[in-house]
Amino acid sequence: MTAHTVQSIRDGLLKKEFSAVEIAREALIHAERENPKTNAYLLFSSERALETAERVDAKIAAGDDPGQLAGVPVAVKDVILTKGLRTTCGSRMLEHYIPPYDATAVERIEAAGGVIIGKTNCDEFAMGSSNENSAFGPVRNPVALDRVPGGSSGGSAAVVAQNTAVVSLGSDTGGSIRQPASFCGVVGVTPTYGRVSRYGLVAFASSLDHIGPFARNVKDSATLLEVMAGRDPLDSTSAAAPVPNYAAHLDGNVRGMKLGVPVEYMKHATGETAALIDQAIDQLRGLGCDVREISLPATDYAIATYYIICTAEASSNLARFDGVRYGLRSADSGTLSDMYRNTRGEGFGAEVKRRIMLGTYVLSHGYYDAYYRKAQQVRALITRDFTNAFQTVDAIVAPVSPSPAFRIGEKVDDPIEMYLSDIYTITGSLAGIPCMSVPCGATKEGLPVGLQILCNHFHEQQMFRLADAFEKR
Amino acid sequence: MKLTEKQVRYVAGLANLNLTDEEIDRMVHDLGGILEHMDRLAAIDTEGVEPMAQVLYDAEETATLRPDVERAPLDNTVALANAPARGSGYFKVPKVIER
Repeated sequence: MTAHTVQSIRDGLLKKEFSAVEIAREALIHAERENPKTNAYLLFSSERALETAERVDAKIAAGDDPGQLAGVPVAVKDVILTKGLRTTCGSRMLEHYIPPYDATAVERIEAAGGVIIGKTNCDEFAMGSSNENSAFGPVRNPVALDRVPGGSSGGSAAVVAQNTAVVSLGSDTGGSIRQPASFCGVVGVTPTYGRVSRYGLVAFASSLDHIGPFARNVKDSATLLEVMAGRDPLDSTSAAAPVPNYAAHLDGNVRGMKLGVPVEYMKHATGETAALIDQAIDQLRGLGCDVREISLPATDYAIATYYIICTAEASSNLARFDGVRYGLRSADSGTLSDMYRNTRGEGFGAEVKRRIMLGTYVLSHGYYDAYYRKAQQVRALITRDFTNAFQTVDAIVAPVSPSPAFRIGEKVDDPIEMYLSDIYTITGSLAGIPCMSVPCGATKEGLPVGLQILCNHFHEQQMFRLADAFEKR
Repeated sequence: MKLTEKQVRYVAGLANLNLTDEEIDRMVHDLGGILEHMDRLAAIDTEGVEPMAQVLYDAEETATLRPDVERAPLDNTVALANAPARGSGYFKVPKVIER
């Protein structure tokens, strides 16, 4: 199947080379045929996809603007609600849950002509770095089938890499878009906190959760973000800042742009990853960027800070899964209290339980100040590091992950080892700044490696411009 | 910080989480290891640092307010459609007795 882009679909539709219905049919057939290799899709939404595509074709026939994402097959991570389409969060708890409404991001994509073709596998409730925590089986990395695609948005990264969707939606709390993008060799964007409404995103850690795009090129990711971004009255944390036309300003001009490389990040990266990042930095110099070393001294405390804050928030957010309003209810529920405990004991997987326990502990009486409050203070210091850095540089470039995609099963028994691999992505998440992963090469074994670009709050445009110039290097 | 089995069982109670004996053993081991890593935060000086509960950026004070306009809520039957047990327009739960 043709590796379409947003632009190539739009051009083909307007020139009547194909219809949106034809593209949707072809995409669905191809995706259903390829899916057994990776287990990236949990559900195909054929009926809804064809209805949307018909609307796009009708607009074109009437001479109306079919929208920025006209006819583009889009996959949606299964933690984002889709009305009438089962949304599981990768959990037994929600195995049969049919949402009564659409997430705002989904609504905006369809309003722009995007065609939602299916829901993608992910770590349970977006908790994980390998997609091995899904109740519906792991996702395989399309680049190397014995390896993980990264997580938690592993399915969304895999479908774009596998060409079984043109773009997709993921969610990122501590790196869940950037790390799988890096592992699968695609572009993944975590926008500024509040840039995209989270209405309809099943909450994991509310002060850290983001929705963001995956694409095979920077321009497509910019277009998808632009469609989703902007104030939403249904999410009081969504930002009112105007949304620029990101895709229109990718002019390749990065000469004189000041880039910082954090010394604290480069000391962990292993051989081949470090070499590819060094090479990328040289290439950025070649594009005329002014590269300098910077220091983000609180980095060493980031993992501890992140896992205190995110588990605390998760323990609170996941209290809603109690067998009353939706999802699983244990058959063994004599009293109300038994029902809560048994439902949660049966419905949640090991990692989710671990995080609920950790979060409950750090919020419990006598430990709140030592852990939770302390972590919130260190979060302020981590953010201050970035604020200071952005006084002297326009963007920060860094690795996404210390190593490329690891083998399925390799780290599954060691939660700390798994958490430590999030070191480069969680700092940006804690500060709420926009960050993205853009492919920067592959190891000798052919495993993709991503370069991370981080900018100041709401400076997505600058981030996209740099990423686009780098992509065309 | 190492956790005891008793502490783990207490926290599981707070979290309304029924864990098997095997799971409890595993939690004692895993949570202890993770908390040990977290204890490193004690080494960093945060004297006078305002705790950060939310990402902050410049915005109008009223930026989070929406117009006070009526909006239809989810219909009762729609809201109840996913409930494991329902009746007479309500969620049904087992009889409440003292814990």
